[in-house]
Amino acid sequence: MLIYAVLAVPLAAGAAAAVPWRRWIGWVTAAANGAVLVLGVILATGVTRGHSQAAAGGILRADALSAFMVVVIGAIAVLASCQSVRYLSAETGRGACTARHASLYTMLVQAFVSCMLIAVLAASLGVMWVAVEATTIATTFLVGHRRTDGALEASWKYVVICSVGIALAFLGTVLFYFAALHASGHPAGSLNWTALMAASPRLDPGVVRLAMGLLVLGYGTKVGLAPMHSWLPDAHSQAPAPVSALMSGVLLTVAFYALLRFKAIADGALGPGYPRVLLVAVGLASLAVAASLLITQRDYKRMLAYHSIEHMGLIALGAAAGSPLAIAAVLLHILGHGLAKGVLFLASGEILLAEGTSEIAGVPALLSRRPVLGGIFGFGLVALLGLPPFSLFASELNMLRAEVAAGLGWAAAIALACMAVIFAAVMAHGRHLLLGQAPPQGSPAATPRIVAVPLGAGLLACAFLGVSAWPIQPLLHAAAQVVAS
Amino acid sequence: MTGSAYTGPLGLAAGAVLACAVVTLWRRDLRAVVSVLAVQGTALGVTAAALAAHSRDLGLGVTAALVLAAKGLIIPALLRQIVRRDPGSRETAPLVNVPASLLAAAVLIVVAYLASGKITALAPGTAARLAPLGVATVLIGFLMLATRRKAVSAITGLLLIDNGVALTTFLLTAGVPLLVEFGASLDVLLVVVVLRVLATAMRARFGPFDLDQLRELHD
Repeated sequence: MLIYAVLAVPLAAGAAAAVPWRRWIGWVTAAANGAVLVLGVILATGVTRGHSQAAAGGILRADALSAFMVVVIGAIAVLASCQSVRYLSAETGRGACTARHASLYTMLVQAFVSCMLIAVLAASLGVMWVAVEATTIATTFLVGHRRTDGALEASWKYVVICSVGIALAFLGTVLFYFAALHASGHPAGSLNWTALMAASPRLDPGVVRLAMGLLVLGYGTKVGLAPMHSWLPDAHSQAPAPVSALMSGVLLTVAFYALLRFKAIADGALGPGYPRVLLVAVGLASLAVAASLLITQRDYKRMLAYHSIEHMGLIALGAAAGSPLAIAAVLLHILGHGLAKGVLFLASGEILLAEGTSEIAGVPALLSRRPVLGGIFGFGLVALLGLPPFSLFASELNMLRAEVAAGLGWAAAIALACMAVIFAAVMAHGRHLLLGQAPPQGSPAATPRIVAVPLGAGLLACAFLGVSAWPIQPLLHAAAQVVAS
Repeated sequence: MTGSAYTGPLGLAAGAVLACAVVTLWRRDLRAVVSVLAVQGTALGVTAAALAAHSRDLGLGVTAALVLAAKGLIIPALLRQIVRRDPGSRETAPLVNVPASLLAAAVLIVVAYLASGKITALAPGTAARLAPLGVATVLIGFLMLATRRKAVSAITGLLLIDNGVALTTFLLTAGVPLLVEFGASLDVLLVVVVLRVLATAMRARFGPFDLDQLRELHD
């Protein structure tokens, strides 16, 4: 029942948004996404205590890992949909967007959120694939919603590159299915994750190696791991801020969730060595790309996008370690990064709205001119750079510890070096943006409450999880057990 | 796996899928390319139908009908509308010229056979032996994407990759569960619709354009 409700509520809100857009419809969708968060927490409590739940004749299934992802999706969707109200009011207010366009936007956002929920609740890896591919379709027009030259170019690249990637992921999925068919000898095989997990020791290693390589390439494209990342900075910087927040905060990690599921099967078939090599390679490449391109970044939205590539690299390294401690840290990082990156992208949307430029050089001394907004952006950067008290500090520390314990100390050392470069680069950009030389001007501008309250709450949640992760500790532990090697 | 009555048509249809991929590299007239894609989609559907008839698998039969409708008819019709608005649309200056592309395709076909050794060794059946044809189609799709500069060529490359994956799927596993197949077909269809809208919007904005003119966004 609960699983149906998780999917039905956001879809119903999307259907309600078919009428010409009004402000209250925006609040209805925000409430619906809030309900997803609450239902996700209830679902998580249930599956942490007991066993996994199934629905729809075994097509849908929720274990602790799925429930955790539902919570993450719900949390960031609430933040993003509050900010969508702000974005759409501003755009319709200045005549850049008609009521019909605004309702199309709202419907697509709800479809996008629902697709992500289906992806994490699907029992079948095939259905999960269909849902992940559907997120690309739902988000393409959202990326191009501002209808500028850049937005059009970004959405073209986004859909072409991600569709190619996802086609490779399908081939990888099919090869797993083929290996399972051959291992079981049944004519009617199953693409269900549980069935493949049970069959994993008997899968042909040669085929699984090929399949896992294709899956890391394919889903890795959607995760934004280097060298398949080239669409990400364009799409995330051109999309409207609430869409960027959802794409960067959760869509990337939903694709990574798919990799975690397949990694568990490959671990069973091959032992942890081979998946680890693949994940370390793409993880370190992502960190290196992010470090080298963050230094010269001039656009704050692109800066945040490259920062996402860094964090996906860190998550890949953590998953490579693969122990329960590592996976628990990876999951905490997924939540913490989602919250911090969501808040930062939403704040960057407000900065763009207020200042009219996305150049770092164009918005100096934010802290003195717009104290609340600047403060939120500043604390968000502190969170994202992995400083205490925010949860990313704890999760990065635990991931590094787990990597050393797994004999990946050398990779952890390279990662730390890249993180140091990124830290210096982002601090330099952040200092200009927040402090810098203020142009002479009147009194500081206020930040509307519709922006300040949700974003402040998001940051507080991230800090709270950093100080004490006890509310989600059992869930993290149970979810890590599902896929840890 | 008995009877050449089944092996013959199956091999012919699967071979036609790869042959069509090579022809798309050869033809520069984009209208002709779209027609070749329609033939390829049909050949893919026939492959599935031959497998379904052989194994008396109703689900695969439905899949074959889906593929014939989506890839043989609807998607080519959608593409034809883009090309028709753009008379004389030709791939005038590909990054790699046509003879070199065909040579590269030959190399890719050999690579596909080498790469699929592990797979075909696992299931030595008639159908699985043909799987490298699908892998080769995927690789040619990549070549198309990397070396051509028109929007329709990029969509063609994407569809070649997709058809190659589908062919490999049919030959190796006799089709994934119907729900997944249905979702996958719908996704491909929607991706083409989305790309068509984008291509039309870009044409309205930039006029006749090559993809490497898209360079507003860079670092």
